[in-house]
Amino acid sequence: MEVYLDNSATTKPCQSVREIMWKTLEEDFGNPSSMYKKGVEAERYLRAAGDQAAKSLKVQPKEIIFTSGGTEANNLALMGTALANQRAGKHIITTGIEHPSVHNPLAFLEEQGFSVTYLPVDSLGHVRKEDLLEAVREDTILISVMYVNNEIGALEPIAELAKAAKEKKPGILFHSDAVQGYGKYRIFPKKEGIDLLSVSAHKIHGPKGVGFLYVSEKVKIKPILFGGGQQKGMRSGTENVPGIAGLGAAAEEIYQDHAEKTEKLYDFKAYFIEEVLKLEGTSVNGIAWDPADPKGSVEKTAPHIISVSFAGIRSEVLLHALEEKGIYVSAGSACASNHPQLSGTLQAIGVNRELLDATLRFSLSADNTREELDYTLSALGELLPKLRRFVRR
Amino acid sequence: MYRAFLIKYAEIGIKGKNRFIFENMLRDRIKGALDGVEGEFYVVKEPGRIYVEAKSDFDYDETIEALQRVFGVWAICPTMMIEDKSWDNIAAHVVQYVDQAYAEKHFTFKAECKRSDKGYPMTSPEICAETGAVLLARFPGLSVDVHDPQERIYVEVRGNAAYVYSKMIPGPGGMPVGCSGKAMLLLSGGIDSPVAGYMIARRGVTIEAVYFHAPPYTSERAKQKVIELAELISRYTGPIRLNIVNFTDIQLYIYDKCPHDELTIIMRRYMMRIAEALAEKSGCHGLVTGESIGQVASQTMQSLAATNAVCELPVYRPLIAFDKQDIVDIAEKIGTYETSIQPFEDCCTIFVAKHPVTKPNGNIIAKHEGNLREEIDQMVKTALETAEMVEVTP
Repeated sequence: MEVYLDNSATTKPCQSVREIMWKTLEEDFGNPSSMYKKGVEAERYLRAAGDQAAKSLKVQPKEIIFTSGGTEANNLALMGTALANQRAGKHIITTGIEHPSVHNPLAFLEEQGFSVTYLPVDSLGHVRKEDLLEAVREDTILISVMYVNNEIGALEPIAELAKAAKEKKPGILFHSDAVQGYGKYRIFPKKEGIDLLSVSAHKIHGPKGVGFLYVSEKVKIKPILFGGGQQKGMRSGTENVPGIAGLGAAAEEIYQDHAEKTEKLYDFKAYFIEEVLKLEGTSVNGIAWDPADPKGSVEKTAPHIISVSFAGIRSEVLLHALEEKGIYVSAGSACASNHPQLSGTLQAIGVNRELLDATLRFSLSADNTREELDYTLSALGELLPKLRRFVRR
Repeated sequence: MYRAFLIKYAEIGIKGKNRFIFENMLRDRIKGALDGVEGEFYVVKEPGRIYVEAKSDFDYDETIEALQRVFGVWAICPTMMIEDKSWDNIAAHVVQYVDQAYAEKHFTFKAECKRSDKGYPMTSPEICAETGAVLLARFPGLSVDVHDPQERIYVEVRGNAAYVYSKMIPGPGGMPVGCSGKAMLLLSGGIDSPVAGYMIARRGVTIEAVYFHAPPYTSERAKQKVIELAELISRYTGPIRLNIVNFTDIQLYIYDKCPHDELTIIMRRYMMRIAEALAEKSGCHGLVTGESIGQVASQTMQSLAATNAVCELPVYRPLIAFDKQDIVDIAEKIGTYETSIQPFEDCCTIFVAKHPVTKPNGNIIAKHEGNLREEIDQMVKTALETAEMVEVTP
């Protein structure tokens, strides 16, 4: 049996995605900038995808910039707004638990003379409004807080943070890296006070190498890639038509039957946590678990990410042992960055030192089944005692 | 300008009646190495040397690199080939050669000539003299020094063409792979064992390899890395058969039954036993390891003696007296270092005692191995039977 439980790493492209991509490779391979019909046909895919992406966020198609993925979307959001708004100030606020594609562009901006404040998080991985407000200064131009944390699935109170910050300092820009949040939640940037939002296609059953950045029309931003002036000069380079077409199809499909899918994921998550906690020496990170109310507990977190620590077992060993049984998961903790204020999320929420290297991340998609979870749980039940016998003496 | 390469070989030149075997082998290895290079080549054996002639357009740098990986090649001389052998034409080409081969035409030289075309109207001394004369006339910065020249300009007149060369690019030396039998290399993902394989192969030994993996304690990537290392070595040695042995059960069994400070040494003894069984099965004449005295606890002289004791086949340890840095230097030169240091940490550290024994006593080790009596033979048998074989080519 093959059980893919690493859907936060990437997802399997769904059929509608594969079909439309194949069509752009086989028939409609034109350059969207070409003036003849073949070019116009290729351009139609871009328009369609722009409409699909915009519709999913209830924004305008012209507010969507296609990129090579989440990393480029984050880079463009941070560097593009920092460069365009530096006369208003050079201070940026983010959190200590962002993805490297947020931390590293900010580190670069720090080298260029910007100053960055890294907010701490509480034991559930949440940024506190008070901390944010305290950090906002006269020269703060941008705040960047992820929508859903990729290691533990913490859902950040984005709307609340954005509202509070903008009340304190109107005009401040709010960016959210929604690579793990988009497709799991209905996100409406205009209601939530989000000015820029990063999305990656391959986390929502789309292809790799493509994503987009939502940029509110009110935002001043400069491009970071220069060339032939495609996408109104905001992102030069011949558009990745197959990828963008796939992204559009994925964006449309991921929100079909969304409520049912979300419900299913939460059921799975609650079930998996309940069962995994019955195994000896396990603990679940980033969730306030109430055994009396499993469903209520998981619903405060993202539906698809489960971080479990297995005392006394190195995550890498358990990962490979599960792999031998056809079960694919990730090691739970991202490498700590070299910035002194930064660490992996697990460390930031105060996970015990010995458990940092003993944690796995299980991440679900709506394609998973109850049988797959049961198979995984029984594999864990079998492996844990076996692997615990062998520790370094 | 260069259409041909003259290959000089050193050590096989001193062989006696078997020399032709070595020469043929070297020719075949050169052909094999050039198979992977863009272009068509003609490789021909002449007394004391081998000529490589390009029959089509070819990539010069790639050709040199390929030839530099053929053991037995002592030097590679890029050569100008002159098909019209009339002296005026040869003279014009000699001038052209020096013009293109040397940016600064200020040096002392000596013309050296060879004439295997005995019907040629000029004798070797005459060709030498004439060569010197045309060069002196054309390049005023040159002067002749027959005793200690800075450059030697070689002109050879052979049946089909004349050849001019003066530069020698060093080859790897050693002997052509295949002329010295076969050995089983214990290949880990580290820095040393690929270098050991290279060094032994340089003496003409054909290499087969064995890698022990221990899933889930070692990852698929660690195994890929070893395959990649074997690929890198095979650029020098030709195809390598890599045996991949699953060692997990044996490792866990030893962990359960034996004292912890002896884990590594007992594990290594079983690795040697399995390697030897594989070696015998495929007709190898010895084992090769990357061990070096004192590098780690399992490589003290006492530890080496304890691991050595379980094998009947000789164990060759080409790095035995090398410092780590010397080994690293070679690894960098042969291009395995970058791959060796990739951090696919295997979790074998679990099986390494915090304080391993450094002066094991053979008798005590053997006694503790007695604890394994019940199941170990079957486990070794299973490990041998389930070994995966991968044919690795560059």
